[in-house]
Amino acid sequence: MATEAHGEGGGLAFHPMDQFIIKPLFGGDTVSWYTPTNATLWMAITVLVIAGILIVGTSRRAVVPSRSQSVAEMAYGFIHKMVEDVAGKDGLRYFPYIMTIFMFIVTANFLGLIPMAFTSTSHIGVTAVLAIAVFVSVTVIGFVKNGAGFLNLFWIKAAPLPLRPILAIIEVISYFVRPVSHSIRLAGNMMAGHAVIKVFAAFAALLAISPFAVLAITAMYALELLVAFIQAYVFTILTCVYLKDALHPSH
Amino acid sequence: MATETTAGHGIEGVQGSQLASEMAGSCVNADGGAVGLPQLCGDWMGNQIFWLIVTLVVTYFILARIALPRIASVLSERQGTVTNDLAAAEDLRARSVEAEEAYNQALADARTEAQAIIAQNKAEMQGELNEAIKRADTEIAAKTAESEKAIAEIRASALENVQQVARETAAEIVAAFGGTADEAKVSSVVNSRVKG
Amino acid sequence: MEGSIVEMGAFIGAGLASVGMGGAAIGVGNVVGNFLSGALRNPSAAAGQTATMFIGIAFAEALGIFSFLVALLLMFAV
Repeated sequence: MATEAHGEGGGLAFHPMDQFIIKPLFGGDTVSWYTPTNATLWMAITVLVIAGILIVGTSRRAVVPSRSQSVAEMAYGFIHKMVEDVAGKDGLRYFPYIMTIFMFIVTANFLGLIPMAFTSTSHIGVTAVLAIAVFVSVTVIGFVKNGAGFLNLFWIKAAPLPLRPILAIIEVISYFVRPVSHSIRLAGNMMAGHAVIKVFAAFAALLAISPFAVLAITAMYALELLVAFIQAYVFTILTCVYLKDALHPSH
Repeated sequence: MATETTAGHGIEGVQGSQLASEMAGSCVNADGGAVGLPQLCGDWMGNQIFWLIVTLVVTYFILARIALPRIASVLSERQGTVTNDLAAAEDLRARSVEAEEAYNQALADARTEAQAIIAQNKAEMQGELNEAIKRADTEIAAKTAESEKAIAEIRASALENVQQVARETAAEIVAAFGGTADEAKVSSVVNSRVKG
Repeated sequence: MEGSIVEMGAFIGAGLASVGMGGAAIGVGNVVGNFLSGALRNPSAAAGQTATMFIGIAFAEALGIFSFLVALLLMFAV
């Protein structure tokens, strides 16, 4: 189907998915697992930006912070408070891990909004790895901390006894659906916004509606700025919620 | 991983977009456009996952080793500074209250002292005044006495002169009547007359 | 001919799947609206529940994203 759409010479050319193609950086055609690609490039830029904000920005260690230092401190305080509020005091042990996830997602989301950039977090492969890592580590933490008591998460004591098996089935299913929804939410949001912007950009080729298209792209871009932050926030806070379930499985 | 799927396309030296795109895998068509969802292309997954793990590990070490301890130390240092500054401000405030009290105390002291000095001065001045008045009184009294004496002298001398004149005049008158004036008699008569 | 019927069905299915995004929009609006009406009644408790609101938004939004994904799969991947 998509092939036919690309084959047409005239008229509107919608290629909303082409922006997600992975290309090798230094020529060549094969994409092996070690090939440096545009995904590699943008992940490296993500790391550099994180280091720039969190290390270069704070290098002066000023008591009265400069602008970049206060951004770093704000991010730190934001995630620290979130972990403490949602997962509790003992969740603070995992704070660097959660901070890593948050900084990676929020930076990649915002870098993806630069025109011509590649959005690493719009790929389900990437977000699935993040979500599965959270899922596996949370499950392991839950069993290590609580032993078999972790299974109380699925056996709800507050419910009447006949209902408990049914609830347990529902809880188990919802527990295993977590990484799916966790990853697809982020990737889907990023992909949807970028694809919609591309569709509007294709409409801009028509002279009659191009002003409308440009306005729509601007509005979508503003919405995407919001979404880029909110999705990173949501991914992080859900990680904290899952962590809380692992640390304190009794409801 | 992806190596197996792409290994079969490793033909070298083939030109033309058709073949080149075939080499890139099954996810890109002849024009370089995406076939299906690029997100679901199995050839690309391994690459992304590998680089993502590299990225996450690097980020984790950057954060855990350098950034987070540094920010935490900056924040705690600031907390300490703020606490210290607050304590210092409290201290200064207490000292200013103290200083104000001391000032008020000093003011009150100065006022009472000033009252005392004023009272003392007043008393001193009163004493000096009294003394001066007394001295002036005695002086006036002395002068009065002196002038009274002078007046009495003058009066006495004037009386004498009158007696003298009267005696001489009486003697002259007696002589003019042709008598001889007895000096002692004239003088006693005149004296009695003048006194009379 | 047969292929075009499959294509037609896929596009119709994609359009139907897009309806789910409208449902997600309603859901998100409902979540935020109810949060706001609660927050205006008791503003002091609102700050503590913002995170909960975002979690609710995320859950409501996820289902819309699922339907969007189904639409995309039908359009590009079937």
